Amino acid sequence: MSILHTVNKSPFERNSLESCLKFASQGAAVLMIEDGVYAAMTGTGVESQVKAALGRLSIYVLGPDLKARGISEDRLIEGIQVVDYAGFVDLAAQNDKVQAWL
Amino acid sequence: MSEVVKKFLYLNRKAPYGTIYAWESLEVVLIGAAFDQEVRLMFIDDGVYQLVKGQDTSEIGMKNFSPTYRTLGDYEVKRIYVDKDSLAVRGLTKEDLVEIPWEDWETEEEIENIVEVVDAARIAELMDESDVIFSF
Amino acid sequence: MPIEVDGKILETDEEGYLANINDWVPGVAEVMAKEDDLELTDEHWDIINFLREYYEEYQIAPAVRVLTKAVGKKLGKEKGNSKYLYGLFPYGPAKQACRYAGLPKPTGCV
Repeated sequence: MSILHTVNKSPFERNSLESCLKFASQGAAVLMIEDGVYAAMTGTGVESQVKAALGRLSIYVLGPDLKARGISEDRLIEGIQVVDYAGFVDLAAQNDKVQAWL
Repeated sequence: MSEVVKKFLYLNRKAPYGTIYAWESLEVVLIGAAFDQEVRLMFIDDGVYQLVKGQDTSEIGMKNFSPTYRTLGDYEVKRIYVDKDSLAVRGLTKEDLVEIPWEDWETEEEIENIVEVVDAARIAELMDESDVIFSF
Repeated sequence: MPIEVDGKILETDEEGYLANINDWVPGVAEVMAKEDDLELTDEHWDIINFLREYYEEYQIAPAVRVLTKAVGKKLGKEKGNSKYLYGLFPYGPAKQACRYAGLPKPTGCV
């Protein structure tokens, strides 16, 4: 049963991302949205955690939320894929269920 | 003008769009500017994200209030402090932040950019010397 | 109450400010001024255009004293005072001129 995990909290304010990465199983999809997108940047204190997870999870980030926060795509950790709203819908449809890490 | 000028410190700790705190704080600062107090703003933790340049909210259906920070100098805000460590852990530098000018309209004294990156010890000092702290 | 400008019906809030800033056309100011029995001169338009530029740049309507200072800097000292601005906009430069300019009510105005 494949799961799409969404994380919408800043990794510096809550442990949502940390828990998500810890409990998501091999091959699951993780989508960063809203304040969760800050974790997708390079050079942050959580970069190593995210990079380590990229080996076993597919990690996506929502483009409009990046843009709103002034993060340009060239500052993303390599391997993270940017999706738009349609891509979000596709991810939700491709997976059996959605787990939101609020 | 009131006789006793108090030091007001607005302490901002939240990212701009995930919650309403950032916008509320900015509104209070703009309204409070009418009271002729010495106003300082401080950005620590996720609050530093409020000042990041190049925000464009056209695709998330929310008001982009980041340009408004650039007018704070006109609202008599003389100093804006940003925590160095908060920037560093978020992969940001001063170059990622908006520049906010200040000008005394009578003396034409100018400060090109009132945004200042400071360390934790300086932040503690600034909190101590404030008369009032507004937390957001 | 909605207002009619150039044959189009535009929504306003309960205080007469345009509901949607993107609805603004110069005719909005003309229609609103007519309701107030005010004839718009070039001097009025200088302020209205100034406010629109200010909003475009900073995404807020300036408070009266910020407007006064900014007008003084941009349009000359003799115009950067409340006497001049109230002379043009008797209901208050920020409130009346912002309304004509299609801006929301200035933050902090009651």
